[in-house]
Amino acid sequence: MTTTAELLKGAAELFPDEVVTRSHVRHLELPQGAGRFALITLDNGLDHTKPTTFGPQSLANLNTAIDQVEKEAADGEIVGAGITGKPFIFAVGADLKGVELLKRHEDALAIGKGGHDVFKRLSALAVPTFAYYNGAAMGGGVEVGLHCSYRTVSKALPAFSLPEVFLGLVPGWGGCTLLPNLIGADRAVSVIIENSLNQNKQLKGSQVHELGIADAIFEGADFLEQSLAWTASVLKGETEVVRAEVDRGEAWDQAVQRGRFIADGKVHGAAPAAYRALDIIAAAKNGDLRQGFAAEDQALADLIMGGELRSGIYAFNLVQKRGKRPAGAPDKNLARPVSKVGVVGAGLMASQLALLFARRLEVPVVLTDIDQERVDKGVGYVHGEIDKLLAKGRVSGDKANRLKALVTGSLDKAAAFGDADFVIEAVFEEMGVKQKVFAEVEAVVGPQTILATNTSSLSVSEMASKLEHPERVVGFHFFNPVAILPLLEIVRGEQTDDASLATAFGVAKKLKKTAVLVKDAPAFVVNRILTRFMGEIQNVIDEGTPVEVAEKAIEPLGLPMSPLVLLELVGPAIGLHVSETLHGAFPDRFKVSPNLAAVVKAGKRGFYVYDSGKPELDPEVAALLQQGDVALTEQQVRDRVLDAVAQEIGLMLDEDVVAEAQDIDLCLITGAGWPFHLGGITPYLDREGVSERVNGKRFLAQGVANVPA
Amino acid sequence: MPRTARDVVFVDGVRTPFGKAGPKGIYHETRADDLVIKCIRELLRRNPDLPAERIDEVAVAATTQIGDQGLTLGRTAGILAGLPKTVPGFSIDRMCAGAMTAVTTTSGGIAFGAYDVVVAGGVEHMGRHPMGEGVDPNPRFVSEKLVDESAMFMGMTAENLHDRFPHLTKQRADEYAVRSQEKAAKAYANGKIQQDLVPISVRRTNPEVGETGWGLATADEPMRPGTTLESLASLKTPFRAHGRVTAGNAAGLNDGATASLLAAEDVANELGLPVKMRLVSYAFAGVEPEVMGIGPVPATEKALAKAGLSISDIGLFEVNEAFAVQVLALLDHYGIADDDPRVNQYGGAIAFGHPLASSGVRLMTQLARQFEEQPNVRYGLTTMCVGFGMGGTVIWENPHFDGGSK
Repeated sequence: MTTTAELLKGAAELFPDEVVTRSHVRHLELPQGAGRFALITLDNGLDHTKPTTFGPQSLANLNTAIDQVEKEAADGEIVGAGITGKPFIFAVGADLKGVELLKRHEDALAIGKGGHDVFKRLSALAVPTFAYYNGAAMGGGVEVGLHCSYRTVSKALPAFSLPEVFLGLVPGWGGCTLLPNLIGADRAVSVIIENSLNQNKQLKGSQVHELGIADAIFEGADFLEQSLAWTASVLKGETEVVRAEVDRGEAWDQAVQRGRFIADGKVHGAAPAAYRALDIIAAAKNGDLRQGFAAEDQALADLIMGGELRSGIYAFNLVQKRGKRPAGAPDKNLARPVSKVGVVGAGLMASQLALLFARRLEVPVVLTDIDQERVDKGVGYVHGEIDKLLAKGRVSGDKANRLKALVTGSLDKAAAFGDADFVIEAVFEEMGVKQKVFAEVEAVVGPQTILATNTSSLSVSEMASKLEHPERVVGFHFFNPVAILPLLEIVRGEQTDDASLATAFGVAKKLKKTAVLVKDAPAFVVNRILTRFMGEIQNVIDEGTPVEVAEKAIEPLGLPMSPLVLLELVGPAIGLHVSETLHGAFPDRFKVSPNLAAVVKAGKRGFYVYDSGKPELDPEVAALLQQGDVALTEQQVRDRVLDAVAQEIGLMLDEDVVAEAQDIDLCLITGAGWPFHLGGITPYLDREGVSERVNGKRFLAQGVANVPA
Repeated sequence: MPRTARDVVFVDGVRTPFGKAGPKGIYHETRADDLVIKCIRELLRRNPDLPAERIDEVAVAATTQIGDQGLTLGRTAGILAGLPKTVPGFSIDRMCAGAMTAVTTTSGGIAFGAYDVVVAGGVEHMGRHPMGEGVDPNPRFVSEKLVDESAMFMGMTAENLHDRFPHLTKQRADEYAVRSQEKAAKAYANGKIQQDLVPISVRRTNPEVGETGWGLATADEPMRPGTTLESLASLKTPFRAHGRVTAGNAAGLNDGATASLLAAEDVANELGLPVKMRLVSYAFAGVEPEVMGIGPVPATEKALAKAGLSISDIGLFEVNEAFAVQVLALLDHYGIADDDPRVNQYGGAIAFGHPLASSGVRLMTQLARQFEEQPNVRYGLTTMCVGFGMGGTVIWENPHFDGGSK
């Protein structure tokens, strides 16, 4: 049998670049004469911007520390042992870089088992153990504390979560088993499944305490002192720790059911992690920890060797890293300051942009339109939204006053934009109109003022072509709802210069958007792929496949919504308009569906009615549909649609629309909400062999988003 | 308008354990402001009947008011301690008597009616802020011979004091120091000191000076129980060749903080706050800077005169032990024996340490405990010498006084 130390040594050899966390053991005298205490500090030796993680060597270090503490406990030299973190950080879990490197099932199994073997020693010491969650705690960081007898949490703790399911794993170092046994299955499902699938929602210190994960909560200013004083009083029997009884009856099963419902709503069965976690939570009802830990090991190993996790880590890294350092962006030092913003148009989109710019840049924003009524309406909308923020306590009264004063309207473009550094237009989507607007703006602004367009499909280069300074024009394509979807496609026109582009990226960063550099190509990235994707669905329907079959064919992908529901959200008329634009550019691949045109003409807002609570094909739409007689199976539909998507992405890469396939995935994740377990889409297309079938090659090199061969 | 002076009472006082300054010290990686913040928080925890918004002022002393001892510490420490933002604060400096001055100044404000309740304390992290950091003495001090150069160096002023009083020998200073260590060790053994200490979490990342990771400071680091005359005899005299002042008969270089709660007596009663001592009088006095250690003598004379008391009325003394000779000079002046049991019953700064601006409140906290134990005593005083030739004395009345012998 392999010892824990050997197991971890083997794992550490696979991961030579680990940022190693040390486990410092220091002894102290507890207050109130409660006795000698061993405190383990987890610390990777770096500041709080590099949070402490657990790779194999880090686990081995903790194991060694526990060797020492275990002996002291057995010898009666200490009355208790505790574990805490460096300033601001407790520990944020397994080192994902190490997980990416694992190639064999047995190595993956070793990681799960290694973590368990080390952590569970904390619960087997001859003295009580205490975890002090002093700062950010995630994943394995949370779990190491769950193995202790008691826990305290800092009121100042900003983030606490079990994010494994979000990435494609299960909390597999005790989390799935211990948490429901500590706080009950329902609360555990909230933490492990619901929060994780809700964009990795984090808990605050007070919630950690309210949920019963921590037995006591103390303010940040003297958290460790108070935790140790509390420890002393627990050890002396002065404080009795009372925990709510866990309901092991029907409530447990109902909680697991609720978890399945949440998972179905989010991933539609397409990603295994949530379901594996729920299976373990369900089994933990009997309180058998050993069995639970074994199930966790197995689930971890299976998931680590599965494509969904690798896609999840790939997607996570795209959003966290590539999203913050956009590929191809010019030197940020070239960016010019933006101290005033102009918005042409005062419609809904323009007003949303004005609100966003005012909130994030905190500079004056002036809206213009063709008459006072529209301007007033636009400014009124922004002020109303600020009042809502104030009512919700999201901004203070002073801040609301400041923001409202920043957003004004004017009919006089010269007065409004004369000293603006950045003017964005959000007027009617027609080339002639936009060219005219830019010409008018150019007449009143300085030579370096950026002119940005929020066009979703028109050529930025053409829009700029008639200007005196076309180098200042950039595409700035937001996604609706602007306040929620992170993506911003920044389009470089043929003549756009580096300074203008750098300024655009600088503004995007301040707006807290995920900026992706895109070539001036029809419909850019997200709309082109979505239109091809939906167009192919529409095609098979037009050719004769029943609507239900076409929709159902896509379900195994686990997209946030079905294609026709998405069409409804976008609006059939807009969908039709974009497909017409792309048909103009690429008539071979983008058709304009006569059925869609008919639906739009009939003034329908979508294909479905919801009278029964579920979407059902609107009989009036059904009556409009003119279908052919070729009915495909779900598999055939799926193949055809994915083939089309793979082909389109392949062509886009050939055309250099973006730098790499990674940018396509980043756009789909942040602009269309495509899921992590698909890695956007190209990891999935590679995994399913679609890329090879259509383009004769993978999009991503082996190992980038899959288990390396 | 007619005005009545109000009685001022000492409600409570706490301090951090004192540490040794420097890379090996327990607080080497701990911020100075955090030390005083934790004291303020402990005061509030210990006095739950006090609504924090009733605090009218936070006065925090520090000698070196830069870095983590700068930024108007009384105000910033109040915010960081979680006091309501409506509670103001300021910083104060009278070198070693900083915390004492924080107490007397705010007490004056209470008596005048400007404050009801105040926090007064001090901090000195001599590891992060060595004595003399950033000072720029006016050259006229030297060119016009306003003070002798030795006035700038406290150890030299202590040697000067030995010169002035040749009968206060090194032997007597060392004997005094040994007793201070003995009394401090005994006070610890009897749990007299710990009850007013605020444990402080301390981080260490340098493995060369001890176990790394988070620890907890629960006791004064400078203490040297078991110190003997023989061991002291061999110590170097760093301030003068063949001198008399050594690291053994003087306080060291230390890190630490203190904080106290003071209130108008009527307000303390209204809020149900404990009354540990009642302020009788206070005075500060200047002396020649070259012999700053004599400062407590004129300060005490002044304070006694203001109170209409004589030295024989004083039943307990808490004298700061910056240097043994400076304590001896005070006792000698009043004809009190070196080992008089009324003086520094729990030992003094020679054992506990002397983080400059924080020490005044330590004296008061210890005197308050002694008042509690000895209701036969009516009056006590806290006194200390101050750099650049000053002394400060505060006379207190024991609220537990039972009409006994003194």
